[in-house]
Amino acid sequence: MHELPITESILKIALQHAEKANAKRITDLHIVIGELASMVDDSIQFYWEIIAKDTIAEKATLHFRRVPAELQCMTCFEKYHPTDKELVCPKCGGVGAKIIAGEEFALESIDVE
Amino acid sequence: MPQNISVVENILNANDRLAEENRARIESAGVFSINIMASPGAGKTSLIEQTLPRLKDKLRVAAIDGDIATSIDSDRAAAAGALAAIQINTGGDCHLDAVMLHGALDKLDLTQFDLLIVENVGNLVCPANFKLGTHKTVLVASVPEGDDKPYKYPGTYRGVDVLVINKIDLLPYVNFKMDYFERGVQVLNPGVTTFPLSCTTGEGLDAWVEWLITNSQKA
Repeated sequence: MHELPITESILKIALQHAEKANAKRITDLHIVIGELASMVDDSIQFYWEIIAKDTIAEKATLHFRRVPAELQCMTCFEKYHPTDKELVCPKCGGVGAKIIAGEEFALESIDVE
Repeated sequence: MPQNISVVENILNANDRLAEENRARIESAGVFSINIMASPGAGKTSLIEQTLPRLKDKLRVAAIDGDIATSIDSDRAAAAGALAAIQINTGGDCHLDAVMLHGALDKLDLTQFDLLIVENVGNLVCPANFKLGTHKTVLVASVPEGDDKPYKYPGTYRGVDVLVINKIDLLPYVNFKMDYFERGVQVLNPGVTTFPLSCTTGEGLDAWVEWLITNSQKA
C-alpha cells in the first residue's frame, strides 16, 4: 500500500548511505518484507524503475527477502505459522497470539561501487 | 567489486520518529490524545458530537479533523463544544500521518486543553499503518458494515487500543451476528477495550465518556 512514496523513501535512504560512502554507483538493494507487512514487491519494483532513472541507483537490482509470519501463542507458548483461514493456536486453540515475525519492512543493505 | 553497506533502516522510520516527537509534545502539555479511525460513515464525527456535550465543564477538548475536502467535520466538532477545532485537508491523501499532525499541533496551545481528539480520514485500511503519536487509537466499527470486518481487515483490528461498536440500535434490522464479530476481534486483539453504543439513542455512551475522563485525568 502506498508503494510509490514508499519506493521514494527507499531511494532516499539508499542515496544517503551511498553518498556517505562516496559511492559512484549503487548496484544492488537488499530489502526485507515480512508476510504481514502490507507491501507488494512487484509494485515497488515497478515504481523503482521509474524514479531511480538519472540517479546513481539507476541500474540497481532490488532483492526482496520475504519473512514468513510467525505467531507465538500466549497460552501455551507454541510458535506457529498462521494460515489464511486460521489464526488460533494449532496446539491449544488459544487466541491472541503475539506476532514474533512477519512485520518487517526495511532496507537491510546496499551494494555500491 | 561492489562493497556491501549495512543500512538496516525501517522504511517507515521517518513517520514513526516524527510520531514520537508529536507524542512528547502532547505529553509535556499534560494532554490525553486519541486517534479515531473508521470507514466513512461508521460514526466518527457522530461519536465526537455525542461525546463533547457530555464532557462540558469536565474536560477542555481540542479536535483535529482530517478529510480529503471540506471543513464539515471540524465545524461539527466546534458546534458540539470543542474549544478548538482544526481541519486538515489532505487534498487526496487517504490517511493522516505524523507530518500532518505535527503541522496541526503548531496551531494549538496544548496547555489550554485536557483532551485532544484526532479524527482520521474515513478509511479502514491505511490509517492503521501510520502512527500519529496519540496515546491511544480508537476504531469505530458500525453494525450495518457487517460482522466480517475483523476477519477481512486484520491489520486494522489487531492494532487498535479501543473498539467502539456503533449503531447497536440497528441490530434488530440487519444481519449482524455479534458473537461472530467478537470472535474475529478476540483472535486478533484479545482483551481490547470495547464500547458497544449508539450515537442515535445514547445507549452505551456513558461508559465511553467515563473512559475518556479517567484517562484524561491521568495524563
